[in-house]
Amino acid sequence: MKLRKFFMRSKPFLVAGLFVFFLAGCRSQFPVLDPQGPVGKSEYQLIVFSAILIAVIVVPVLLILVYIVYRYRAHLGNNAPYTPEWADSKLLETVWWGIPILIVGVLGWYTVNTTFLLVKPPVKDVKPLTIQVISLDWKWLFQYPDQQIATVNYCEIPEGMPVQFVLTSDAPMNSFWVPQLGGQEYSMPGMAMRLWLQADKTGDYAGSGANFTGRGFAHMRFQVLARPQSSFNAWVDQIKKTSPPLTQAGYQQLKKPGVADHMSYSAYPPGLFNDVVNKNRNHPSSWRR
Amino acid sequence: MGNGNLTASHFFVTGDPLIYSADAAIILSVLSILFFLTRCHKWGWLWREWITSVDHKKIGIMYMIAAMLMLFRGGVDALLMRTQLALPNLQFLRAQHYDEIFTTHGTIMILFMAMPLMFALFNIVVPLQIGARDVAYPFLNAVSFWLFFFGAMLFNLSFVIGGSPDAGWLAYPPLSETAFSPGPGENFYIWGIQISGIGSLATGINFVATILKMRAPGMKLMRMPLFAWSVLSSSIVIIFAFPVLTITLALLFIDRFAGAHFFGMTGGANPMMYVNLIWMWGHPEVYIVVLPAFGVFSEVVSTFAKKRIFGYKSMVFSMLIISVLSFFTWVHHFFTMGAGADVNAFFAVTTMAIAIPTGVKVFNWLFTLYRGRITMASPMLWTISFIPAFVVGGATGVMLAVAPADYQYHNSYFLIAHFHQVLIGGVVFGYFAGLYYWWPKMFGFQLDERLGKWAFWLWNIGFYVCFMPQYALGFMGMTRRVYTYGWDLGWAPLNFVSTVGAFLMGAGFVFQVWQILYSIRHGRRDLTGDPWNGRTLEWSMPSPAPYYNFAQIPQVKDRDAWWMEKQQMPEEGRGNTAVKYEPIHMPKNSGIPFVMAVFWFIAGFGFTFHWIALGIAGLAGVGMSLLARSFQYKMEYEIPVEEIQRVEASMGRIG
Repeated sequence: MKLRKFFMRSKPFLVAGLFVFFLAGCRSQFPVLDPQGPVGKSEYQLIVFSAILIAVIVVPVLLILVYIVYRYRAHLGNNAPYTPEWADSKLLETVWWGIPILIVGVLGWYTVNTTFLLVKPPVKDVKPLTIQVISLDWKWLFQYPDQQIATVNYCEIPEGMPVQFVLTSDAPMNSFWVPQLGGQEYSMPGMAMRLWLQADKTGDYAGSGANFTGRGFAHMRFQVLARPQSSFNAWVDQIKKTSPPLTQAGYQQLKKPGVADHMSYSAYPPGLFNDVVNKNRNHPSSWRR
Repeated sequence: MGNGNLTASHFFVTGDPLIYSADAAIILSVLSILFFLTRCHKWGWLWREWITSVDHKKIGIMYMIAAMLMLFRGGVDALLMRTQLALPNLQFLRAQHYDEIFTTHGTIMILFMAMPLMFALFNIVVPLQIGARDVAYPFLNAVSFWLFFFGAMLFNLSFVIGGSPDAGWLAYPPLSETAFSPGPGENFYIWGIQISGIGSLATGINFVATILKMRAPGMKLMRMPLFAWSVLSSSIVIIFAFPVLTITLALLFIDRFAGAHFFGMTGGANPMMYVNLIWMWGHPEVYIVVLPAFGVFSEVVSTFAKKRIFGYKSMVFSMLIISVLSFFTWVHHFFTMGAGADVNAFFAVTTMAIAIPTGVKVFNWLFTLYRGRITMASPMLWTISFIPAFVVGGATGVMLAVAPADYQYHNSYFLIAHFHQVLIGGVVFGYFAGLYYWWPKMFGFQLDERLGKWAFWLWNIGFYVCFMPQYALGFMGMTRRVYTYGWDLGWAPLNFVSTVGAFLMGAGFVFQVWQILYSIRHGRRDLTGDPWNGRTLEWSMPSPAPYYNFAQIPQVKDRDAWWMEKQQMPEEGRGNTAVKYEPIHMPKNSGIPFVMAVFWFIAGFGFTFHWIALGIAGLAGVGMSLLARSFQYKMEYEIPVEEIQRVEASMGRIG
């Protein structure tokens, strides 16, 4: 892909530029600029590409501004040309209608392409893991439909495997964001939204809610722990053995407004996720209930 | 349904020392104003000269004063927030208080600061600039102002009575529904905005009519000053956008008041519908406020470079394109709501497309400066500083428009930095440029340049110190609307820097207040009416303009009408030609707009607390006011020739 080549070539400039811009130390402090999965990486490339494309126009404009303001300042003895009635030039106007059209054209082209690309799973030949996520007041509930376990405010995923997060909300709408793995998606009552993410390496990735939901919103942080497949399996087994199950009553308790620590459940009420989605669904077929 | 079980202890906001001290400050300042008015026997003056006035210049000044007070309130909100975020784990504000403050900060700054400041400029400048004696509907103009004023008062009242709204400046449901926001806060929000929104819509209609029908003879549309063009394009957007807001908030209120299911979580309700509707107004809204700023820049650049504006037709054309395109970008506020790749791709491209006409305008301003003679007076300083601020802010806007990348920026501090950069760098700097530029025309004296420079540099340095770190904080994963954060996230240093920047801007505002107070005494009086060597008609008349504006309606022969006239006229003969005056018809003052707005306030207050009887009584009062108006038959009076001669002579315009 051309974009990738462009990106590889400009990488040294880019890193230098970011270093100057942020001054404040290492890149790992900037999760968005330190992506650890294919989704995050393609978004990162688009961020860099658009920043460079924009800089191509912004920097010259600012330099021209400084030059003009200095050159044509009103003071005695300024012998720069002064043409008070000159106010029209077809050629010049064509140029500056043209430049932004060109830049926006190029950027628009790549944007449209990437937009369609990112709807698909990052890798095709692996069976993905599905995790159902319910945002509550003010905590995140994760359910593993294949493993039949559930967690609160953290989840484990196998490294290198595409994960399909299915998001809904049983509280005001939130947004599910793990910056190092990729961009966010809204979790909304009555909707089941899909978000593909993948971690290439093992690690602890911080996530947070990104859409305001009230008093406890600031505390809606969670961890995504990427582990080798074997330790992921061991973790699932251990949860199944040692943790209590989440009951219907337990869910109602969990749903109440409040913040929570990390929690694990060896089982959860079957169909809980679908019930939550259907309960809040805004489709006309549910009006009869 | 609702909060019928409200008790007296819920009525007044209690329990927070910050709020008690604000209460004390409000009560003290109200008492001192009342004392001053009584002591100096100013009640009659206030009623006759201001409250009942339908003069566009006075209405403009009242808009400006109200907007400045709201800028103060919104600014204090901002400083409180930045104080809370300066360091991790601070206990300065509790979560609830912080949520209320960011909500009121956003609402006030857009709807009760930017909008009235914009209407101030509309009112003060447009009739003078197009050679008219008033706006098309002077009575309606007064109605608009008082509706805005009492809407803003109702909204601000929530601070001490009942509790402020705390669901964000756009009040997304389900959070803003009764289930999650049971108190009266969201009702204050809805009614405050609804009441002032009616006024805004009326102002939009008023200025479209004024500009299309009231121009001086000879002023064809393509001879109109660019500020008037910007007002026209902005007003057109108002007319199409504000009804959407009115309906959206009305539906939200029906949800809250009558338990309907438009936007909640159950019964087929759909919060996504609200998010779409509110941004169908919300996105055009930002163009509503920025277009007039573009107009100001065009006037100022041309005047202070002593050169005709470059590419006039492109400037007009690009503003009209922006007005139209502004209605086709709203989805970019929620790319992450899962609309699908095709929808997101469409709105990404339309959003980027807005950068094209905007970019053209920047180039045209630059080439107006090119081969000009640039004087750096206050209005020009703000205009020049606008260009880098807005160019960088616009550039990050284009980055945000890249839909897949937006998944990483959305609701982060990158977004916060972007929109503050365009709204402060574009709108606020633009309106400041306009205020400095037209101040002598409003009040007849100039503002002190030395204090103005202090204010300018504090604002500008503070602006970059405050918002540049916020772009980086976005990349660090900091999301908006968090009231606290931990040391482990590494956000502390940049947040601290950002807070310092906010206080520098606050200091800049203090200097502006000082500058105004100082200049009232010591500012240079403007005796010529044309202190900047201006180009458009408002500079052809004395400062401040007489209440009937033009003793004789000017004949316009070209763009930059006053500049052309000055070129053809010998210096000493200016304004001294013997003319034959004719009697002038002017609209009479009226107390009805004020009284009607008070009734709206009563209605809004009643419905906010579910006191239905009071609400209906208020609405009945509104109906009576309208009825009373329809029975008024003599709404105009005539100024006799002798009086015109006397006024003109007193201003040195007749030799």
